[in-house]
Amino acid sequence: MRIALFITCVNDLMYPDTGRAVVSVLERLGHTVDFPEAQTCCGQMHANSGYRAEAMPMVRGFVDTFRGYDAVVAPSGSCVAMVRDSYPRLALGDPDLESGVAEVAPRTYEFAELLVDVLGVTDVGAVFPHTVTYHPTCHGLRMLRLGDKPLTLLRAVGGLELRPLASAEECCGFGGTFALKNAGVSAAMLADKCGAVDATGAEYVVAADNSCLTHIGGGLSRRAASTAKPIHYAEILASTGSAS
Amino acid sequence: MNGTGNIVALRPFPDAARLELNDQQLRTNLRRATHTIRDKRLRVVGEVDDWEALRRAGAAIKDDVLARLPELLERFEESATRAGAVVHWARDAAEACEIVTRLVTGTAAREVVKVKSMATQEIGLNEALEAAGIEATETDLAELIVQLADDTPSHILVPAIHYNRSQIRDIFRSRMPGVTDGLTDDPPALAEAARRHLRAKFLSATVGISGANFAIAETGTLVVVESEGNGRMCLTLPETLISVVGIEKILPTFSELEVFLQLLPRSSTGERMNPYTSMWTGVTPGDGPRTTHIVLVDNGRTATLADEIGRQALRCIRCSACLNVCPVYERVGGHAYGSVYPGPIGAILSPQLTSSGANSTLPYASSLCGACFDACPVRINIPEVLVHLRQKGVDAKRGKPSAERAAFVSLSWIMRDRRRYAAALRAARRGSAPLRGRGRLRRLPWPASAWTDSRDVPLPPKQTFREWWAKR
Repeated sequence: MRIALFITCVNDLMYPDTGRAVVSVLERLGHTVDFPEAQTCCGQMHANSGYRAEAMPMVRGFVDTFRGYDAVVAPSGSCVAMVRDSYPRLALGDPDLESGVAEVAPRTYEFAELLVDVLGVTDVGAVFPHTVTYHPTCHGLRMLRLGDKPLTLLRAVGGLELRPLASAEECCGFGGTFALKNAGVSAAMLADKCGAVDATGAEYVVAADNSCLTHIGGGLSRRAASTAKPIHYAEILASTGSAS
Repeated sequence: MNGTGNIVALRPFPDAARLELNDQQLRTNLRRATHTIRDKRLRVVGEVDDWEALRRAGAAIKDDVLARLPELLERFEESATRAGAVVHWARDAAEACEIVTRLVTGTAAREVVKVKSMATQEIGLNEALEAAGIEATETDLAELIVQLADDTPSHILVPAIHYNRSQIRDIFRSRMPGVTDGLTDDPPALAEAARRHLRAKFLSATVGISGANFAIAETGTLVVVESEGNGRMCLTLPETLISVVGIEKILPTFSELEVFLQLLPRSSTGERMNPYTSMWTGVTPGDGPRTTHIVLVDNGRTATLADEIGRQALRCIRCSACLNVCPVYERVGGHAYGSVYPGPIGAILSPQLTSSGANSTLPYASSLCGACFDACPVRINIPEVLVHLRQKGVDAKRGKPSAERAAFVSLSWIMRDRRRYAAALRAARRGSAPLRGRGRLRRLPWPASAWTDSRDVPLPPKQTFREWWAKR
């Protein structure tokens, strides 16, 4: 199977460890991962902010870059949701792009989907002896319907103790430019999310999207009483026990 | 033609939201109330095996209605007229108010009793009647509380959701005739006080005013669903009944009603069925009102219908399930939206009905978390419409320069090309290197200060992913 990694712009610059973790898990499972260097960004921020015309070159770029692979994997629920949920709509009226999207979008998977649904793996042989709490991010939850796939993978991790998060399915308040355009409301949502994370007493808050984790982590680091560290679940799956 | 009335925000959403966010009591009241209804709704929706099929049926029926609205409206007018009702047409709020005021004045009545109705809230009917010297009494308990408090509703189903019961007791004590200082905040005591107050109104008023949840084209029948029974008193006791109905409320025949009588109460109040469902068709000799008028209101709906993506907002059956699950609504309440339609549905409906002004900030009043789409009984893809309206707003201002546009355009120019993109990543990584020793950044200049006012910013590590990949 030809698996291509879509690293996403946020991960490329800010969280290269998440990408390395995906490569490491897949290689440990015996797969070869390709990283097409022509890739840039999926265009979500532009499209969701209303800049459709400016997003379209990125949509076309994504389709051209990843056409021909059996599977495309990205460690981000929201970027995968952009490709699978929004690309078909954005491509309407451009027959060439429509067919490209029809080819690529259904084969683009969030990391847990690739592992559980495509590769049929729920135990990746990871060890992470820490307490963690899991925040299901909105796009993964309600657009991709990831369900408890990331949790299934985390439950199989050696030494890991999972603590339930109150009101887990509520948005953390990030929402891309929402965090800037309606900063006050976003901060109020964040405060509740951080309070819920603190209440678990977990060492780590885990999610399938580094952008949401940036938001939650940025809020936690302002709170004197908060100790939980944000971490992408791919990095936990890559861990083999040495403290990170 | 643009809609007018109480759907036009006076302040941009972020400004209005800022004021509401300071009100801790409001947020506590809202959180408690919305979570209670939300949990009830989840339980009763969970009981229905074919809920998804019902939602799809509801959406399909509404889409069919919207696709042939002129024909169905004409059929409704014919059927209702044949049954003895008088049908009027209003292009906007002002016209609708003018028609109703003229009808009430024509009966020589100086007071009217009202059934809870979003359409009359939308057109600002109470204000118009008051200006004409007519006293309108809201008979829905929550609407009555809001009216007595000289306030505006803040929720579609529970207009007084922003008050707790001790605040309601204080409103009754100071504003309701005949109420003494001994009134407690015990819910049965509050309900009894309201009941006594309203009973006198029901028995003296000769004109009743309602909206309608559904209007059946085949028979000319109007339908109102409610929980208290006060609506039914207004629909049956007065001599004259005037109903104000949005043109999108049409259903082709009685058989479609079955789908919505399952979807609406479960989504709205979290009940399997609402306690009172009233239906009336024209006039019936010896029973109910002697004269019935129906005012069909456009107020921006035709303009909304013209937008292929945006028109799904007209499927809305005003259940308010989207409000109760919305994290933004929960923090700021309904007043921040500046319209009688608050929350996610308001964020897509109000700007489409009015198409200008401060309402243009409403499509940004969402983190696009998608909880509203999941809760909507007629599958209105609210996040899709929000993004669509943002796009229309951006496109409409294409000629005008703005800092935001400049940023998005240059970012797009960089991100569409791998070399420019890789160079930009390198530059960002290098540019932040001198700051790396300080860990997280606590303060950035405007406009990024909107982020750092309440959140820290992490710094990029020493190597981007593609630099690592190139070297491995």
